[in-house]
Amino acid sequence: MPEDYETVESDVLVIGAGGAGLRAAIAVNDSGQKVIVVSKSLLGKAHTVMAEGGMAASLGNVDPQDNWTVHYGDIIEEGVYISSWKMAEILAKEAPSRVLELESYGALFDRTPDGRIMQRAFGAHTYRRLAHLGDRTGLEIIKTLEHQVIHRDITFYDEMYITNLIKEGNRIVGAVGIKMNTGKIFLFKAKAFVIATGGSGRVFKITSNSWESTGDGIGMAYRAGVKLRDMEMIQFHPTGMVYPPGVRGLLVTEGVRGEGGILLNTKGERFMLRYSPEKKELDARDVVARANYREILEGRGTEHGGVYLDITHKGSDFIKHKLPAMYQQFMEFAGVDITKEKMEVAPTVHYMMGGIEVEAETERTNVENLFAAGEVASGLHGANRLGGNSLSDILVFGKIAGENAAIIAKNSDMGKINAEKIKNEIKYINSFFREDGKNPYDVIDKLTTCMSENVGIVRDAEHLKKALEIISELKKEAGEVGTKGMIKYNHGLLGCLELSNMLISCEAITNCALMREESRGAHTRSDFPKKDKEWIRNIITELGEDGNMKFGVKPVDEMPGEYKNYVKPEVYS
Amino acid sequence: MAEKEIELKIMRQDPETDKGPRYENYKVPYVDGMVVLDAVRYVQEHTDPTLAIRWNCKAAKCGSCSAEINGMPKLMCKTRVDTIGDKITVSPMAAFPLIKDLVTDVSKNWEITRKIPMFTPKENMEKPWRINPKDVEKSKEFKKCIECGLCMDVCHVVREHYTPYFGPMHIVKAASWDMHPLDGVDRSKYLNKEGGLGYCNITKCCTEVCPEHIHITDNAIIPEKERAVDLQYDPIAMLIKGIRKKEKVMK
Repeated sequence: MPEDYETVESDVLVIGAGGAGLRAAIAVNDSGQKVIVVSKSLLGKAHTVMAEGGMAASLGNVDPQDNWTVHYGDIIEEGVYISSWKMAEILAKEAPSRVLELESYGALFDRTPDGRIMQRAFGAHTYRRLAHLGDRTGLEIIKTLEHQVIHRDITFYDEMYITNLIKEGNRIVGAVGIKMNTGKIFLFKAKAFVIATGGSGRVFKITSNSWESTGDGIGMAYRAGVKLRDMEMIQFHPTGMVYPPGVRGLLVTEGVRGEGGILLNTKGERFMLRYSPEKKELDARDVVARANYREILEGRGTEHGGVYLDITHKGSDFIKHKLPAMYQQFMEFAGVDITKEKMEVAPTVHYMMGGIEVEAETERTNVENLFAAGEVASGLHGANRLGGNSLSDILVFGKIAGENAAIIAKNSDMGKINAEKIKNEIKYINSFFREDGKNPYDVIDKLTTCMSENVGIVRDAEHLKKALEIISELKKEAGEVGTKGMIKYNHGLLGCLELSNMLISCEAITNCALMREESRGAHTRSDFPKKDKEWIRNIITELGEDGNMKFGVKPVDEMPGEYKNYVKPEVYS
Repeated sequence: MAEKEIELKIMRQDPETDKGPRYENYKVPYVDGMVVLDAVRYVQEHTDPTLAIRWNCKAAKCGSCSAEINGMPKLMCKTRVDTIGDKITVSPMAAFPLIKDLVTDVSKNWEITRKIPMFTPKENMEKPWRINPKDVEKSKEFKKCIECGLCMDVCHVVREHYTPYFGPMHIVKAASWDMHPLDGVDRSKYLNKEGGLGYCNITKCCTEVCPEHIHITDNAIIPEKERAVDLQYDPIAMLIKGIRKKEKVMK
């Protein structure tokens, strides 16, 4: 097993190469500082690629009444008043510039008849707001950024799994990683660090998330003393594929509903008319997801446990032009022709609103020289995220994180690293090579099943407590996992390392869900079905001095008076 | 009823330690609608965690899990087991150097990408840019490319010959910029000279394996050849241009 390692230095290290990471790297490069990007998957394959519907920005090309204040109001209302108002303001103001910037980099968007960027309707957006390229917007964005990175003086190490951050005092000074395709261990020394590793969606069994979304960034940040916020807030997308079992959870874009798709139960009833007579299928994701869930629970679902999503009335040409990837996805995976047949859909875990707490204007964390952006960070989306805001989020805050990391790097020395810490980290990695090791995937399977069964779309104290018991058992089992063979491209080893990170996310999500005794946004408690005024608060999770997870509650930052005019007052029943 | 099983043969080799490849047999329980990636992952998670595979989105959107399934370049996540029978052989892409088992080194793609001039907007355009909706369509076909490399794997020029040819995936990328309505650079000359496009003898294998159904040969390669035909001698491109002209006259 390896004991030596290679040291690489840069001004800024960006961990993660999705939209946020790549945009951060471009910002550092623009500032003239040396940047390295590392990623768990191949460059250009990150989870951003899965984004379909579009990027929200109040360009006002289709609905000229739109502007940043309306977008701002939509974010705060959808986040059910626990978002960071400052982050919402920054996003709403800057998203249009980021769209135009992408266009200047060569990204292509669908157009209006008079040649401007087309914008489509999406759930709970007041106006048509999503810039898009068919239903492959994420692919277009990540390819555009990837080509920028390749053509600039930006070094990247892909298939590099970062196992831990190295901290001296209250400052991050390094990161240790395994280059999976060679098996070599690396130490990255830098003056500033940006975590942009995405969410933890794969801690649930049924999810639309990529393989890599195992909450590695959450894990490494938590261990380094970084504060996490609102971890209970998990978004369930209303429409994931249901059948065949091999694709269960796979996303069916909201674009289907945006383009006119309707939801039906097995009685043929358009049930959203009952749940949301005004906004119907285009109400907020949590509302539609719970409606789907209830229809299925109350016996009006299909034999595979879904409801129907129907867009056949739009005609074959329209569907193939507007939703080509969905047409292909159903045709090839399920053998269903969506121009002629209804789709079967059910809620699927989609996005994590919670994550690393950051300062809105800079994206810095409570640990020095460490920044975070994208899904791994939190604050913007509050209790629920608007569709299309994740692509705006990664670009707006990726850029800001990169710029501020570059400023800190410029004013910092390379920190000193105690070699003993690197030695210990390598020892930790090697400790998983043991003949008697338990299979990590068995433990992961139990963990994800537990989360989907007990910490799902509708929660209660009994199930959450049961989940905590199981998690605590599985933490013990995690101490016995191991793998064999060589370090190079060893998925058993990855499973062991990921498991430790997944457990941190699960413990935080479940505890915070138990603490929040109300129903707000994506967080629904059947034993506390009402929204509670007392809970206009954020829950903070951090590593306690005794080594246990510690929780705190703090009031949401109050927005300045004039901003309140942009938002409907909160209503309590 | 006994559980249905499928027989899986997977190529195993770590070139650093093993002299040659070996095929190992695995039995995997069949699940309705399962894809080859499910079967291979079953082996990895239940039988041998050291089996190296590369995958990410499992939705045919990221282009990571490219391999040769019963000899055909395919995405493992998109190939339903019930379409190919219950005896399945999986090998790595042969056009790229092997890292381990089913994982290959595709880093040469980045080197080639770096060489191709990126999107460069025409000068002095008024902002915000306006584009006719129809003009988006041409480039949009190439924008579907998920960079899976299957077209590179099947291309006999890339696979069997040492030529300067960049390979179909990169011609698609260049075409996506060349056919961007606001792009101000012509890459055809460069592709034909430095990019070795002349070596492509349009057997259309790349088009056949493209999981995104991009008409690589007809819409990317041939137009790039045609545009450069006056600039250098390429007998095949000249022939195509001749035939196309004739067709137009006949119409």
